[in-house]
Amino acid sequence: MAAASTTMRASSTPWSETLPYRGRVGILALILTESSFFLIFVVAYIFYIGKSLSGPSPREVLSVPIVNTICLLSSSITIVIAIRSLRAGSIRNFSAWWFVTFVLGAEFLIGTAIEWHRLIYHEGLTLRTNLFGTTYYSLVGLHALHVTIGLVLILLVLILTVLGYMSERHVERADVLSWYWHFVDSVWVVVFLTVYVIGR
Amino acid sequence: MAGTIDREMGLDAVDDLEQLPILGRLHEWVITVDHKRLGLMYITGGLFFFLVAGLQAATIRLQLAVPNSGIVPPQVFNRLLTMHGTAMVFLVGMPILTGLFNYLVPLMIGARDLAFPRLNAFGFWLWFFGALLLYFSYIGGDGLYGAGSAPDVGWFAYAPLTELPFSRGNSTDYWILSILLTTVGSTATAANIVSSVFCMRCEGMTLTKMPVLVWLATVVSFMILVALPPLSAAQVMLLLDRFLGAHFFDTQAGGSAVLWQHFFWIFGHPEVYILVIPAFAFASEIIPVFSRKVIFGYSVMVAASCAIGFISMSVWAHHMFSVGMTPAGNSFFAASSMLVGVPTGIKIFNWLGTMWRGKLRFKVPMLFSIAFLFQFLVAGLTGIMLAVAPFDWQLTDTYFVVAHFHYVLVGAIVFMIFAAIYYWFPKATGRMLSERLGRWHFWLFVIGFHLTFDTEHFAGMQGMPRRIYTYQPGRGLETLNFVASIGALVQGIAVLIFVINVVRSLRSGEPAGDDPWDAWTLEWSTTSPPPEYNFATLPVVRSRRPLWDLKHPDDPDWRYE
Repeated sequence: MAAASTTMRASSTPWSETLPYRGRVGILALILTESSFFLIFVVAYIFYIGKSLSGPSPREVLSVPIVNTICLLSSSITIVIAIRSLRAGSIRNFSAWWFVTFVLGAEFLIGTAIEWHRLIYHEGLTLRTNLFGTTYYSLVGLHALHVTIGLVLILLVLILTVLGYMSERHVERADVLSWYWHFVDSVWVVVFLTVYVIGR
Repeated sequence: MAGTIDREMGLDAVDDLEQLPILGRLHEWVITVDHKRLGLMYITGGLFFFLVAGLQAATIRLQLAVPNSGIVPPQVFNRLLTMHGTAMVFLVGMPILTGLFNYLVPLMIGARDLAFPRLNAFGFWLWFFGALLLYFSYIGGDGLYGAGSAPDVGWFAYAPLTELPFSRGNSTDYWILSILLTTVGSTATAANIVSSVFCMRCEGMTLTKMPVLVWLATVVSFMILVALPPLSAAQVMLLLDRFLGAHFFDTQAGGSAVLWQHFFWIFGHPEVYILVIPAFAFASEIIPVFSRKVIFGYSVMVAASCAIGFISMSVWAHHMFSVGMTPAGNSFFAASSMLVGVPTGIKIFNWLGTMWRGKLRFKVPMLFSIAFLFQFLVAGLTGIMLAVAPFDWQLTDTYFVVAHFHYVLVGAIVFMIFAAIYYWFPKATGRMLSERLGRWHFWLFVIGFHLTFDTEHFAGMQGMPRRIYTYQPGRGLETLNFVASIGALVQGIAVLIFVINVVRSLRSGEPAGDDPWDAWTLEWSTTSPPPEYNFATLPVVRSRRPLWDLKHPDDPDWRYE
């Protein structure tokens, strides 16, 4: 019935190709809402800087995680190379760079675990110690949670690749995951600046 | 788009579902990923909780009908107040509005489903169990975990009153967990609607040819994506405080009591617009059809809604004038609150402009829409009054504020929800709602509404504080409160008539046909109720009123656009 109003098209491109890929819009929506979520924790952190009634203070116990940061931020580059390889049709290069991304992310997570272990067992800083502990563990922990989710998804793709299920056709989906990973990395930039630069 | 092509081939198989026995059919509702079914499930669930939370409101008004009445003890009153507010926002407003969008947006953009159907089902079930959890607190709060029953902390749950030392037991935890679940559900729906609008429109439907409702659904979805997470974040903090001994809102450890208020209202005020913009959306579809005119100022309408979306993010602290902010803070939030009035006023002019010299048909949806226009105008004016900080200092936490926001939430939103249900019920069920019962419903509801909430303005100015369970005689509050309670009773009768109307019409309503209102948007081009695949052939549009073009090939809209 409605098709009766069909007449000429404005251009020769098929209509469906003028619309964006829904996975991409979906992940952007997720990133928007997650940014808003993180923002509240960042605001709480900044609001409570220096307001702890007891020690330890950030300057006494925090050391700047340079290696961790370098690893996590460079994983954003390796994931881009991985996606490019997949787009070019080279599954071999894709799996190699994807694996490197996973290793870099896992390094970051292990680094965080070591840092927390030191803070808890040597410096005696826990969530209940003071406001600094409360805001520190919740903000850094929230980010670590997102890294963990990202790593699980990356591992899943890695397994699918090893089993031979990944091909050039899936490049859009892998790309959507890489956008999430870039988001996790950019959040780290904000968390790093808040906790280790402004907060110290 | 590959998915839609696959489904086109299996169209015939879908119709066989009708022959299933009752359990099988129920099973179909449980496993469904169809946006129309999920939409109806949201709406039905929302209406159910509307009755429950409405009964709680009636109990509140019964208690306040006379001074020192003692029908409910203070703590039960606090629980009623909390559950009424929480349920009306999260279990009534949000699900009915997202449900209507769920139902309508794919039909209006000429798509066969939302972009992520399974995510949609996931969101619904999260909402469903979150809603059950809130009312489960009546049973579980006392039993398993010691003290505490239904939450009694108000829908704003101000910390540190909600911290462990002041709120024993698990009632507050029920409140937090339930709202966390339902907001995640709403966020999923919002992401789904945004993706559908950008990726699933039918051929020819450019962004400027979308119906106003679709535009406003997109604006609301963006607002949900940005404004709901602050609440979830604050709730996670409160959970950490209560269960793991963190100190976010613990004033004993240097935490701030005002921070919770900021976080809550960063969510809470945009939430008002998240609820009211859908009301605008329904008015923008209903008023043109019943005035037989195109909407006046389409682009202004859309631009004004986007402006409201932006400005509403910067007005939250007008809920906190009496907290004692700096003069600069007060001025900023007073000014931005008043600024929202500008695009809102523009919209009212646009609806009036649409009705101006139109051929008005006073069917029930139109009656509700006209009442909405007047009531929303008053709500906006008292809102501007409360945006004046010194005025707010006088009247904050009185019944004037209660009356103001009920003018928005009932006078605008509930009225437009009823209008939308009367308007789209024929599409969803294939049957008309009774016009005669609808008129009874409308007039009783209008009268009851004004009896209750007009008088509450005056009670507030007389000094009646909100959130109290009783008041003393001899302070000039008896008559006003008694009238308000009578109004609540009348509203209750009106809602009862509505329920009777729905139940009767579902069984024996007049058959509706595909397009009973002679409307112009795509949902009326398919059958009533629409088949699971919505459109046998995907439509192609050339103007904002595709059905007008079909009905009037001699004088189509696209010639003028």
